[in-house]
Amino acid sequence: MSWVSALSLWAIPALLAGIPLWGAFRRVKVYETFIEGAEEGLQITVRIVPYLVGMMVALAVFRESGAMDLVARLISPVTARLGFPTEILPLMIVRPLSGAGALAVTADLLKTQHPDSFIGRLASVMQGSTDTTFYVLTVYFGSVGVRRPRYAPVVGLAADFAGFLSALYVCNWFFG
Amino acid sequence: MDRIGIREVAPVLNGIWLFLMVVGVAVAAHTGKAQAVTDAAFAAARLAIDTMIGLAGLNALWMGLMKIAERSGLMEGLAWLLRPLVRWLFPSVPRDHPAVGAILMNISANMLGLGSAATPMGLKAMQELQRLNDGDKETATEAMCTFLALNTSCITLIPGSIIALRAASGSANPAEIVGATLIASTFAGVVGILLDWLVRQSLRARGR
Repeated sequence: MSWVSALSLWAIPALLAGIPLWGAFRRVKVYETFIEGAEEGLQITVRIVPYLVGMMVALAVFRESGAMDLVARLISPVTARLGFPTEILPLMIVRPLSGAGALAVTADLLKTQHPDSFIGRLASVMQGSTDTTFYVLTVYFGSVGVRRPRYAPVVGLAADFAGFLSALYVCNWFFG
Repeated sequence: MDRIGIREVAPVLNGIWLFLMVVGVAVAAHTGKAQAVTDAAFAAARLAIDTMIGLAGLNALWMGLMKIAERSGLMEGLAWLLRPLVRWLFPSVPRDHPAVGAILMNISANMLGLGSAATPMGLKAMQELQRLNDGDKETATEAMCTFLALNTSCITLIPGSIIALRAASGSANPAEIVGATLIASTFAGVVGILLDWLVRQSLRARGR
């Protein structure tokens, strides 16, 4: 497991130096290009704010009212059998539907649970191991006029679920 | 898979959002938690802005670095490595068809978390795959289904936006999830590819 922690520790420093160095080697104007990308990063951050507000408020209302506990009690027999903490459930529901929404759910979990708690780490890994399957389906198939996606949604969702499960097992293994 | 952006399916989310708000308030009425709900809603709205402020600088840093990576041909390098795999996964696509190039660039961009580069390439790949579709143009081909499976269950090399979010939330070691994400997303990717292959084979066996 030590190589995994070494990878995690050195991934960012290596990128901070490695990417500009390689860029310079390939004759990219590194600083100007960096500024261009950074501007895009800022624009995207601002664009997701309304989505963050909408989803984080709805989640807060749902949790503080006690509704979340009710739902958690209803479905906990199912999730407990698989080993998922009930807190993670909203993420599993929103993840295939909305990128910005899932980011909001994860931000909410990191805030209420702490990023270095088990649930915080699990939410982080889940977010990175799955995708906005329905969005990709809608946009990609929609763009060429395909109306019958056949088995693609099933396979996509099954892969998302495999991502959730493997995130859970890997987190138990690494951080459990 | 880890792409910064909005990416959402609005119709279903209308229902989910309405459900969370209305059921939340209804339960609050029942449990007498109107004040707690009001406070929580206002606090969450502020928290969204705090999250944005924490994220803004990190997203800028990340996207800046990735723009350098993109310009210096990182995607092309990765695409070259992935070429044999993609040819094997898409037997119905001719070896040097433009679809192969577009699929490769899309998958490479996905693995690196380059959302803004991934989507245009994905749409180009879909166009090329549609050109190869000699059946009903409104029904997905096998290659399209494989492309979707590959796209939605792709390996994450560096989960940039999550590291940023963790750092913004006060993690002592924001990047500690890199190794775990790599392993978990690889597993999801293998399952996606395998399932796609299995379903395709069984449908073919039944002559569909």
